Amino acid sequence: MLEKASQDTLFRPLQKDRMRNDDIKRPSVSQAKESIRRVVKNKLALTGAIILLFILIFALFGPKMVPYSYSDQSLADGNLPPGAKHWFGTDDLGRDMWARTWYGARISLTIGVAAALIDLVIGLLVGGISGYMAGRGRIGDRVDSLLMRLVEILYSIPYLLVVILLLVVMKPGLWTIIIALSITGWVSMARVVRGQILQIKQQEFVSAAQKLGTSHSTIIFNHLFPNMLGIIIVNLTFTIPQAIFAEAFLSFIGLGVQAPIASWGTMANDALGVILSGQWWRLFFPGFLISLTMFAFNVFGDGLQDALDPHHTKD
Amino acid sequence: MYIVKRLLTMLLTIWVITTLTFVVMHAIPGDPFASDSDVLPEEVLNNMRAKFNLDQPLPVQYVLYLKNLASFDLGPSIESETRDVNTLIAEGLPASALLGFQALVIAIVFGMALGIIASLFHNRTIDYGAMAVAILGISIPSFILAPLLIKFFAVKWGMLPVASWGTWQHTILPSVALAAGPLAIIARFTRSSMLEVLKQNYMKTADAKGLGTAGIIVKHGIRNAVIPVISFMGPLVAHLLTGTFVIEKIFAIPGLGKYFVDSIFNRDYPVILGTTIFFSVVLIVTLFLIDLSYRLIDPRIKLTSRGD
Repeated sequence: MLEKASQDTLFRPLQKDRMRNDDIKRPSVSQAKESIRRVVKNKLALTGAIILLFILIFALFGPKMVPYSYSDQSLADGNLPPGAKHWFGTDDLGRDMWARTWYGARISLTIGVAAALIDLVIGLLVGGISGYMAGRGRIGDRVDSLLMRLVEILYSIPYLLVVILLLVVMKPGLWTIIIALSITGWVSMARVVRGQILQIKQQEFVSAAQKLGTSHSTIIFNHLFPNMLGIIIVNLTFTIPQAIFAEAFLSFIGLGVQAPIASWGTMANDALGVILSGQWWRLFFPGFLISLTMFAFNVFGDGLQDALDPHHTKD
Repeated sequence: MYIVKRLLTMLLTIWVITTLTFVVMHAIPGDPFASDSDVLPEEVLNNMRAKFNLDQPLPVQYVLYLKNLASFDLGPSIESETRDVNTLIAEGLPASALLGFQALVIAIVFGMALGIIASLFHNRTIDYGAMAVAILGISIPSFILAPLLIKFFAVKWGMLPVASWGTWQHTILPSVALAAGPLAIIARFTRSSMLEVLKQNYMKTADAKGLGTAGIIVKHGIRNAVIPVISFMGPLVAHLLTGTFVIEKIFAIPGLGKYFVDSIFNRDYPVILGTTIFFSVVLIVTLFLIDLSYRLIDPRIKLTSRGD
């Protein structure tokens, strides 16, 4: 009796909405949104992104903020230290350093982004074909091993040596540098893409799609590419600064853009002769901005890598 | 078997580089004496072309070059009458090699020490400090760091010579400038791989056996953490090779890198060709030695011809 009574009073049927407590409570968030949230939470990566944004804004509008152009010479105003008239000072030919520095930022960023994008396209193509063909019969394996042999050989040739060699014989100019940088620069992207494809295509959802008769192109564009996007973006954040660095390096040994066009590398090279005579601003502004850009790309890339790849914990 | 296959691949790569360099060098319109054609009579020019085999058809020049290369003769220099490319390399190599070697030692020793210390003090102030230094090292290019070092250590404080080559004191600043970037990268690699190793069970086992902390870290920690660092050696050597171009230029060191940059300015094609091949061979041989050393350090690694 007692048991029956207690059952009636102590146990009541659950309300309808509380019976579904194994439903996922957290609203579903897309991977892109989740990644952005993780980057924003990572203070250092956010700092990097903000610095990059500032550099970009100044590269776009900086040269227009002063009444001088990057190539205007005024020998009477040579070697002025930073002041109200010339914010970053002037060089030995009286050219305004502010205009030159931000004009140089434009050149450096253009070269970095353009070279990285060309690397991306070629790398995706070669790495994609190679990875997708691997394990597809004898012809597929042939194609894969042929492409990988090519990549291996190119990979073992010192990158900057090839670029230097090409620049020695090609006509100097902005596009020459971009082409020279991307002629062997795509190799590492191709390796990354191939490795990713080999890994992803073994996963269940790809074989399920294949069993269901999905076409090759749908598998490639709907299944493989979206899953590689994270690693590709991370790789971009590392190839852009690499290209910027290479340009500065080449300009520094006299193979970069030609005068009067300014880039951070040529400005640093010009400043080398006067470093001992105390005109610190000639080296400081381009040098500081190269370093700042490298720093920003590096911490942003690191943060992005952590955000996009949950398995990859760098501690 | 593996070694034979690798040696063949190396030879193939060197041949590809040589051919590529040769084709690129000869794709330029005109010849090295084009600028002299107004001042010198035609007979003299023809004599000079004949001296450098430039009057022969291209395939013949190519075969001649390969033939000379096989006997380690890199040909004459156009700019310098008395010295051929072999002499230039022989003259420049000691300074460059010493510079590169010192930079390599600095980068490895201090880089690994920094990384290990950071990993042992994980997420503490020392760790953050070490990684801040590392990020700075990665961000500041050597050709910016070198003038800064000169400005402070040589000019302001007068501790070390400004430039040029002579005593051992002259080598300190260039070696440090060259080593800073790789040092930072090695520190980061070492730290993350040490953190991984410190979590492993065999570390606990070693601790439980009563091995002292120093013993654990040296015998079990570093040995296992060193593999990712070794895989960075290839890019590191390439980095040091090309790094010497700017460092030797800044410090006015009579090394191979400076000769190379000078030959670019003078468009001295045989020297460009010869030094490019020489640099490539050095790098390829280094990559080969690194692959072999994996096996010595970690017997679990099997050498196979398919790298990935």
